[in-house]
Amino acid sequence: MKRNTLYLFTLFVLLGLVLSACAAATSEPQDGEAEGFTRGAILSRVKDRGKVICAGRTDLLGFGYLDDAGNNLGFDIDLCRAVAAAVLGDMNAIEIVPIPASDRGPVLQSGEVDILSRNVTWTSSRDASWGNFTIIMFYDGQGYMVRKDSGIETQEDMDGASVCVTSGTTTEKNLAADLAFHGVEFEAVIFEDTASVYGAYEEGNRCDVTTSDRSQLAAVKEGFADPDAHVILPMIISKEPLTPAVPHGDDQWLDIVKIVMFGLIHAELLGVTMDNVDEMMSSDNPKVIDLLGDGADWGYSDLGLEKDALANAIKAVGNYGEIYNRYMGPNGIAFTLPRGANEHWTNGGQIYAPPIK
Amino acid sequence: MNLETPSPSRRTLGEVPIWRDERVLRASAQIVSALAIIGFIAWVVSNFRIAAEARGLDLTFRFLKLPAAFPISDPIIPYDPSRSFGYAFIVGLVKTLLVSSIGIVLATILGTIIGLARLSTNWLISRLALIYIEIHRNIPLLVLLFIWYFPIFSTLPPVSEAIILPGPIYLSARGIYFTWPAFTESGRAWSIYVLVGLLVAIITWIVLRRRRERTGKATYFGGVSLLILIFVPLLGWILVPGNPLQINTPYLEGFNFQGGLRFTPEFAALLIALVTYTAGFIAEVVRSGMQAVNRGQLDAARAVGLSYMQVIALVIMPQALRVIIPPLISQFLNLTKNSSLALLIGYQDLFSVARITINQAGRVIPVFFMTMATYLFLSLMTSFVLNIYNRRIQFVER
Repeated sequence: MKRNTLYLFTLFVLLGLVLSACAAATSEPQDGEAEGFTRGAILSRVKDRGKVICAGRTDLLGFGYLDDAGNNLGFDIDLCRAVAAAVLGDMNAIEIVPIPASDRGPVLQSGEVDILSRNVTWTSSRDASWGNFTIIMFYDGQGYMVRKDSGIETQEDMDGASVCVTSGTTTEKNLAADLAFHGVEFEAVIFEDTASVYGAYEEGNRCDVTTSDRSQLAAVKEGFADPDAHVILPMIISKEPLTPAVPHGDDQWLDIVKIVMFGLIHAELLGVTMDNVDEMMSSDNPKVIDLLGDGADWGYSDLGLEKDALANAIKAVGNYGEIYNRYMGPNGIAFTLPRGANEHWTNGGQIYAPPIK
Repeated sequence: MNLETPSPSRRTLGEVPIWRDERVLRASAQIVSALAIIGFIAWVVSNFRIAAEARGLDLTFRFLKLPAAFPISDPIIPYDPSRSFGYAFIVGLVKTLLVSSIGIVLATILGTIIGLARLSTNWLISRLALIYIEIHRNIPLLVLLFIWYFPIFSTLPPVSEAIILPGPIYLSARGIYFTWPAFTESGRAWSIYVLVGLLVAIITWIVLRRRRERTGKATYFGGVSLLILIFVPLLGWILVPGNPLQINTPYLEGFNFQGGLRFTPEFAALLIALVTYTAGFIAEVVRSGMQAVNRGQLDAARAVGLSYMQVIALVIMPQALRVIIPPLISQFLNLTKNSSLALLIGYQDLFSVARITINQAGRVIPVFFMTMATYLFLSLMTSFVLNIYNRRIQFVER
């Protein structure tokens, strides 16, 4: 018996080593960069491959979802397209890898994807362990949704309630902290899959409350059988700055994605839209000329970009406001959510990008 | 044997060339394959460590002391989000152990009943058992799990309109609430009597049974132990001041029921799915075990005048168990491992907590290693214990 146990133990140790090594091996990109990413590695693999791979989602109205024809579209997806248009000149040169919330860290750490554009909240610990965060593209905050007839108006009303929430999110931590702060006992009902969370809340009577980013709640509510039976409570319990992120180690790629985002934001302020890019090329506003690449080289060559990279990005998906309005504006195809904090700083919002100079 | 003297034939035929010497060939094959395996492992490990280092992945377990900060539904042992990741992992382990231990017991009982029903000479009973077995063996567990959870448990009525079963037991979308006895103040003192009674009963059973086997005289070990098991707690009930147990009926307060014993819908769905699924396999194991006993055994036992129950208990079962136990062990292991599907229906078991920890702590490799090691340990322990039992009931070959 002792001998058998010893064999089993040895076998287990070997197995453990082999498996953990496999985990590392599968996470290795095909280029065989066992040393992690170095400057320029991601841009060159994107160019070799001819497309940008983004981790996204297919199940959140407005941000990343499938339309009736099965096309994957949304705010997050358009940000990915903008980068593809800037780098490769083709907005369709993308591949969206749909992942659950709990896989967001691993796909970045392993470098399997070029961009994580899947409504990710930027936090210090994720910045430290997942990857590099680019620039906040959507200011969101966590809220609560309840049934109108439940009588819940404040956190104190939630004592003893069941709350449905997605696992592996900042949301579940904020929920625990907020309700503990209000001295409220609650039952957490936790699913890994977002669809299960809202299914259990809406159809299942399993929960009295569900919680997530307010933009997500607005999107989900729209899809309910009876949206008017539910209400999103007014309080905002957290900061959720949604930010595209890239793998650690390649500063150049980080800068490329950041500058494309800056360009989208500037374009709206300067009145450049997807339709008038070509006319604006001959604008007499020097800022517009700088943006569209007819001016000097504002760092493009260092980043391996063509001078018209930002013009291509804008031509492909439009400026920041166009992307927002396409999905969430007054006539948005997904739902309507007031810009609020996502207005430009000049209009009292928080959207602000460093100059292209 | 004298190894010093080489075989005379070899000597007379002259030296065998070294590349054709069987002993040398064998030894070198061993050495080469050992080197290959060691080399492969060394390559894998070093490759892995270089890759991890280059990506700045932290492979230590220091994070286990950090606060977990995420909630766990129905934690069973006291838990709140200020506890550490390590403790959260233990909560997950406890939840896995709970569902798999209850599941193993219930699946064995249900499986045995269905297995015996399958052998019944009653056509209807045997066909019904066959239908049950074929359905549960041929539908994936995940499908069964989803059927039990989404269309069945989560569409039960809201708490205010709960279905009331005799007991009373309340069935609602928030779970099953049983009326259940709870210990009062004096309950702790009484529970000592219960434990002592159980212990004495077990010892009596073993001692009297041994004597019976040795002397062949009737010692009534079953009846005597049962009497002790009932008598000692009864004595305690009289001696302990106050009422040790109190009936705890669930009552509706706020959003949920309070009091009573609660099975959450997640736990209930997981348990039912695991039990019904595994019982289908266990039934087949039991049936094949019974059928493996030679028909002549039964006839002979009947011929010496044993009653039907005696035939089953003294002749058939002891022989059938030898066939049944080894495949039964693997069914138990399957049930334990299958319980990791729990995360898909929101039961926070070991694997679910591990997945959340990976995400919240950002430590993929250490957490996966811990999870694998824990499941492996559980499985090895289960088979270790059952193998001891298996060895005891096997034929002693003389």
